[in-house]
Amino acid sequence: MTGAPKLNPEMYSTKKAVIRGTGSSVPRRIVTNDDIARLVETSDAWIRERTGIRTRHIAVEETTVSLAVAAARQALENADMEAEELDLILVSTISPTRVMPCTACEVQAAIGASRAFCFDLSAACSGFVAAWNTVSAYMTAGLVEKALIIGSECLSNLTDWQDRSTCILFGDGAGAVAVSAEEGRAFFPAAYSDGGAGEALTLRSSQGERCFMEMDGQAVFKFAVRRVPQVIEEVLEKNGLKRETISHYVLHQANQRIVEAVAKRLGEPLEKFPMNLQRYGNTSSASIPILLDELNRRGSLKQGEKLVLAGFGGGLTWGAAVTEWNRD
Amino acid sequence: MFEQIKKIVAENLNVEEENITPESSFKEDLKADSLDLFEMVMALEEEFDLEIPSEDLEQLETVKDVMTYIESHKE
Repeated sequence: MTGAPKLNPEMYSTKKAVIRGTGSSVPRRIVTNDDIARLVETSDAWIRERTGIRTRHIAVEETTVSLAVAAARQALENADMEAEELDLILVSTISPTRVMPCTACEVQAAIGASRAFCFDLSAACSGFVAAWNTVSAYMTAGLVEKALIIGSECLSNLTDWQDRSTCILFGDGAGAVAVSAEEGRAFFPAAYSDGGAGEALTLRSSQGERCFMEMDGQAVFKFAVRRVPQVIEEVLEKNGLKRETISHYVLHQANQRIVEAVAKRLGEPLEKFPMNLQRYGNTSSASIPILLDELNRRGSLKQGEKLVLAGFGGGLTWGAAVTEWNRD
Repeated sequence: MFEQIKKIVAENLNVEEENITPESSFKEDLKADSLDLFEMVMALEEEFDLEIPSEDLEQLETVKDVMTYIESHKE
């Protein structure tokens, strides 16, 4: 990745994005591997060995909007922030309830964030990292003081429940972080796309005939295991950080075997890679903020610790960001 | 080359080197699942500087198959 442009720190202001609060919401209905084994030829043991996933939450009454709103409210409360203070709401989703109005505008209406500018962003499972990088850039540019970043997905609507290679993987849910611009030098992100390899993971729009997720498992596995360690190493190098200074690598929760392979390639202990995919499956762009919310509420994140966030998925897209935990 | 491949197979499939022979079948004898094989293929690609596309993976049932494959695809 030597071709990446060198960034000039002088171009940046002295503001950086800091997470002030987190929230998450998942549908009530839990679907086990045994439930799925009644739909397609598979088994609990097979799914657990190859993915680590045991259960996932599937929306029945909930929607991408309702999950996003619930996560947003929690994040604001956790941050002790009022909806009226928000300048920006950015939602990452590939499974919006409606294309227009966008999910972010529906969240705005529900929580009463009348001052905020609101839009959605589509970068599949890298979406939360893309949204984080976008909001960070707005804050560093001095354009925005307070923002809400949400990843919300109802992938179950876009899953082919007769395709045993994909229907075992995905789940529904939303996570949100409330962010404010604080004094300090921003961290540089690293992000890439490879549209030429995009056929490995596809989802047609609702105007198509089969609007289900389709995946070349081997291609996606190899892509993730090769690119994620590279982009993490790059983001550390760009920010002059040693691996020892990173307390947690918060990876997109696609598959336990991918997370383990990434840890092995980075030469970092697996304990630094928190996981919750066992309970939620792959919730695409919601996975990182749901995991952040769990870590926050469990008290696992200590003041001043540095976290790496890394997403990877359809596009193909992948990226990593560094953030310092500074809620107090 | 057998020694080189044996090492990669052992590392990626979590098996002892002494249990690996040219006749060892990845799935039957070494109990590898598809994701183990993806990891092994990636390590082979990096070690021998070649690309093993998804469709070729089915031909690679034993350690010997891998040796033959690498011999014929190496520069």
